[in-house]
Amino acid sequence: MAKYKMHLLVCGGTGCSASKSTEIVDNLHLSLKEKGLENDVQVILTGCFGFCEKGPIVKVMPDNTFYTEVKPEDAAEIIAEHVIKGRKVTRLLYTDPENKEHIADAKHMGFYKKQLRIALRNCGFIDPENIEEYISNDGYAAIAKVLTEMASEEVINEIKLSGLRGRGGGGFPTGVKWEIASKNHADQKYVVCNADEGDPGAFMDRSILEGDPHSVIEAMTINGFAIGATKGLIYIRAEYPLAIHRLQIAIGQAREYGLLGKNIFGSGFDFDIELRYGAGAFVCGEETALIHSMEGQRGEPTFKPPFPAQSGYLQKPTNVNNVETYANIPIIILKGANWFNKIGTEKSKGTKVFALAGQINNVGLIEVPMGITLREVIYEIGGGIKNGRAFKAVQTGGPSGGCLTEKHLDTPIDYDNLIAAGSMMGSGGMVVMDDTSCMVSIAKFYLEFTVEESCGKCTPCRVGNKRLHEILEKITKGNGTMEDLEALRNLAGVIKDTALCGLGQTSPNPVLSTLDNFWDEYVEHVKDKKCRAGVCKSLMRYVIDKDACVGCTACARNCPVNAISGEKKMPHVINDELCIKCGACIERCKFNAISIK
Amino acid sequence: MIKVKLAEDKINKIKEICTSFGNKAGEAINVLHKVQGEFGYLPAEVQEVIAKELNVSVANIYGIVTFYSFFTMIPKGEHPISICMGTACYVRGSEKILDEFKRQLKIAIGETTPDGKFSLNCLRCVGACGLAPVVLIGDKVYGRVTTDKVQEIIGEYKA
Amino acid sequence: MEYVNIIIDDKPIKAEKGQTILKAARQAGIGIPTLCYYELNGQQLENRPGGCRVCVVEVSGRKNLAPACATEVMEGMEIKTHSLRVVNARRTVVELLLSDHPASCLICSKSGNCELQSLAQKLGIRDIPFKGEQSMYKKDFSPAIIREMNKCIMCRRCETVCNKLQTVGALSAVNRGFMAVVAPAFEQDLAQSPCTMCGQCVQACPVGALSEVNQTRQVIQAINNPAKKVVVQTAPAVRVALGEEFGMEPGTIVTGKMAAALRRIGFDYVFDTDFAADLTIMEEGTELLGRISKFMAGDKSVRLPILTSCCPGWVNFFETNYSDMLDVPSTAKSPQQMFGAIAKNYWAEKIGVKREDMIVVSIMPCVAKKFECQRDEFKENGNPDVDYSLTTRELAELIKQFNIDFNTLPDEDFDNPLGASTGAAVIFGATGGVIEAATRTAYEIFTKKKLDKVDFNALRGLDGVRSATVDFDGTPIHIGIAHGLGNARKLLDMVRNGEANFHAIEVMACPGGCVGGAGQPFHHGDFSKVEKRFEAIYREDEGKPIRKSHENPYIKQLYEEFLGEPCGEKSHHLLHTHYFDKSKQVEVEA
Repeated sequence: MAKYKMHLLVCGGTGCSASKSTEIVDNLHLSLKEKGLENDVQVILTGCFGFCEKGPIVKVMPDNTFYTEVKPEDAAEIIAEHVIKGRKVTRLLYTDPENKEHIADAKHMGFYKKQLRIALRNCGFIDPENIEEYISNDGYAAIAKVLTEMASEEVINEIKLSGLRGRGGGGFPTGVKWEIASKNHADQKYVVCNADEGDPGAFMDRSILEGDPHSVIEAMTINGFAIGATKGLIYIRAEYPLAIHRLQIAIGQAREYGLLGKNIFGSGFDFDIELRYGAGAFVCGEETALIHSMEGQRGEPTFKPPFPAQSGYLQKPTNVNNVETYANIPIIILKGANWFNKIGTEKSKGTKVFALAGQINNVGLIEVPMGITLREVIYEIGGGIKNGRAFKAVQTGGPSGGCLTEKHLDTPIDYDNLIAAGSMMGSGGMVVMDDTSCMVSIAKFYLEFTVEESCGKCTPCRVGNKRLHEILEKITKGNGTMEDLEALRNLAGVIKDTALCGLGQTSPNPVLSTLDNFWDEYVEHVKDKKCRAGVCKSLMRYVIDKDACVGCTACARNCPVNAISGEKKMPHVINDELCIKCGACIERCKFNAISIK
Repeated sequence: MIKVKLAEDKINKIKEICTSFGNKAGEAINVLHKVQGEFGYLPAEVQEVIAKELNVSVANIYGIVTFYSFFTMIPKGEHPISICMGTACYVRGSEKILDEFKRQLKIAIGETTPDGKFSLNCLRCVGACGLAPVVLIGDKVYGRVTTDKVQEIIGEYKA
Repeated sequence: MEYVNIIIDDKPIKAEKGQTILKAARQAGIGIPTLCYYELNGQQLENRPGGCRVCVVEVSGRKNLAPACATEVMEGMEIKTHSLRVVNARRTVVELLLSDHPASCLICSKSGNCELQSLAQKLGIRDIPFKGEQSMYKKDFSPAIIREMNKCIMCRRCETVCNKLQTVGALSAVNRGFMAVVAPAFEQDLAQSPCTMCGQCVQACPVGALSEVNQTRQVIQAINNPAKKVVVQTAPAVRVALGEEFGMEPGTIVTGKMAAALRRIGFDYVFDTDFAADLTIMEEGTELLGRISKFMAGDKSVRLPILTSCCPGWVNFFETNYSDMLDVPSTAKSPQQMFGAIAKNYWAEKIGVKREDMIVVSIMPCVAKKFECQRDEFKENGNPDVDYSLTTRELAELIKQFNIDFNTLPDEDFDNPLGASTGAAVIFGATGGVIEAATRTAYEIFTKKKLDKVDFNALRGLDGVRSATVDFDGTPIHIGIAHGLGNARKLLDMVRNGEANFHAIEVMACPGGCVGGAGQPFHHGDFSKVEKRFEAIYREDEGKPIRKSHENPYIKQLYEEFLGEPCGEKSHHLLHTHYFDKSKQVEVEA
């Protein structure tokens, strides 16, 4: 980055792109050209900075000024004020919610203070479409070290020693996985990167691929060398066009630089990578299903053993790791296992990337050391609950995970603690809910997802989850019985015990964890026919306060089912039998006369 | 003999795509992606030709097409609308947004308006959770959508 | 063989290394129920998706229950097959299946033979605790097979059989989740798919989702119609399997009881398809020798090998998949159709009955025969040569409907002349039998020598693809045999690619030949039953006084009185057929 005096980093993640960050880049270029500065200041479209809540982000280097919520029309001002006159554009700086002071440097923001970026080390710092920038940040140094100084066993040992565990959900020790694959001999082996990120509310892998694709390519090459594979495949969701685009560029550049292909670094080691596209099936995140999908078949899981390490893609030994797992590999090789294994807890080393979302002030992508508590994540990094409402639950692990409550807030986050609490790490979705979320509905929401995404191969998942969903539906409609709650628990237990694949086995977790943690809420739905969050429409009644109603007829005119009647200038009434609880009347009423009971 | 009829340019395009993947059955999903990218959807005749070229049964191809939600046998609208139903969007009210789109367009999920302009679908997480709730029209992402913005968004495409 | 020590239900067992828990347990006499698991031993067919989860067992040290059908035994494994946890899970799984299955057992064709029903009984399920949406599909009737997918439990047996065993590719799992079902492409009717109607899917279906078109009512009506003369013919493989429907051991020969039962049901003439099988040998054997002689004489217009054409599933298969080779199969009609043609043209005239007043019913081990007899080319002015084709199972149903105590029936003979047959005709029921029968006759005609030893052991067996060379007194005749359509495809692809040089090839669509036919009593994946029927066929052959088709005196009489000579003018008209291109071709839209 030497020849430019200044760099403007503009977030090109999906969130910021949707808020016109590419237009910002265009406008910055335009302004620079106007001022004749195009050779002094470089504009770089980077990967995700993480702080999506305040996007689009523009960062000015070298002074580390972090502008938030930038609009395309702000570009000229940034150039005129900051670049030329050296004065920060104050109105675009982040405002501390506590003391209302402006903060210019990201490292002083609550959102970033407690983060530790290892997997995301380059996201938001380099141009992901330029291999030179990756290289200048120690990129491809790890594969150079591996190919010139290390034996494959040493690589595997280093990874084992680091304590790195699979970041895709299961948490299987990565080094052990590699070792098994290395010991299964075959004429051809495969390395597969699982980028089929399907958890609703999770976008860690996407951000890494968009922001730092070379780290994954480098890691896969290291993996190939370690287990004796010469072919790599990245299975990526077709819904991620930007990530696919950047990967294609990165693979092309790596080939051009001789970092993929024949005889890498003159070591005699050959390795190349191809892309395979998912086509919208959540189950393909399960490794056997993913392999069948790559083979051009329906993505149905098969029973393990045989494990992919024994018989995987095209019946050859195959090592499958997740994107985030891979993103950790190069830096572990460079800094050593003993650096990595000092971070985190006893059994969960390193960091974890989470997609923090839901009713929280700072939505975004975060990376934190294992062992941090949920409270620190939600209140310090996340900035607390939106609109000052009360925290109710946090969901981790997506459809395979569970809902944790207040009592879990001080639990240090690691693989085993989350499982013990009835949830799981999953791939890293973290959705925070406030008191407007109905936990029965949340369980139903996840079950609906599982029912829609079940492959249909095994009975417990195909029929069992459907029945779970139907029972939940019955409860939210106000027709549930206490026996239904018992049936839910039993059925969920059997599905967990008998389903074919990992996804089926974990699919009842949202039900079980809400039953455990929000039992009273279920009982309320069943016995009192009440939904405290006001989400379950069937349990709601819209009532017009006849003292407040002036008879303006706005509600009656806007009711889509003509459920409201009344004379002009006289109090109106709602016919409960006709009312579909759409809320249109409340929105139109200017006199706050309508309420939900 | 049972005849499958299709326009010549389409047959040639499909053959070209299949050949580019070595006519290998293992490439079925890649082929389907490419062909759908070309035609917008995968009608029965197209699947028949693909099956023939890849030397697999058409039942097999249909089994794949119906397994993956990305593949469709119904032509999408000129402006396909997708409402994100990921968790982040769900807890920020995407269901209401969906209802509003349904109400305004007078179509259900998976349907296309009679004029062929809009089709409505749900998807799971586009990874723009910071902007939840999110709506996609074509490739364009609309963030922080509220029910009263729906009309305005649709209006952009009505002209 | 390497062994590992395991404990099942507290019982120490030495199990073969690499074996599944299911097999080790069954060998030790411990039964574990299964549903989706389906294996045809020796036929390289195994359906083991591990999907139904009925066979789950508890394995010490494992977090979840393991499917016994897919889990390999390992040294020191401790397994519990009926702990409370296992029983509760198994029961719940079956309850779930029942919750998406019509409770119409009383009127289901599979009642009494349904594996789901018997499992529910075994587990003592008296209530289905889960209520909810049930899968609804429209009933699909093809000429031979009915699909009622409301009853499908997604065991995938039919899909595996259709694709792996038969390579027909008519079926695939489609959709996913609760909507998943096995169906033809675009969920069209089976009749619009490349289905050959071999019916192995029906044989494999554990429930009533797939069944044959039942025509017992039409037959009963015909029998009770005084204006009609009803003639019945029975295929060779029926007599070695029918007894199973009445509790007899597989392989019990019930020829005499069957004839007696048919008479009691009220058929006017109880004849035998075996007679027509002998006739087939005369025609097909002559055609074979003709082609070989011409070929040897250098006639380039003649194509070899000649393919047998008695199996209707096979005929459908090559019309769809080998439309470029339609001149290769023998033009001889199948025995069922030859019988029909002779019955309605020769016998009807002989007894002074008008063609329209004669009803020919066939009893077949086969589902595809139902389609065959409906083919237009086998009709005269819309009147079919064979009116109804019933399966072995339907015959058993008829016997039961007529309150006949089958087991105590005396042995009776077929009626003459169309009931007389040789041992050569009997072996049509087993794979390799047609070609062996043809060899017995062709040898004597070709060499003009008497065959002393009629057993051609080289042609027998249950390997999927077999080949043998028979010495025709100095001339080697190369013979290929395949049973199961997947095996037929292997052989035919070799022929198409010029990799194999056979003079004649016999193909049977069903594994084991007709003894393993789709219309036979359900074997539920126990292929040893088929093997026992197979052995019985050869026992029946051995017991026959005449064992060469051309020595059947009534066949001789038929040629003398009516047909003239094999492959002659009349034969050509009545006993030979032609084939149609049923392949799918892409055409440019105008």
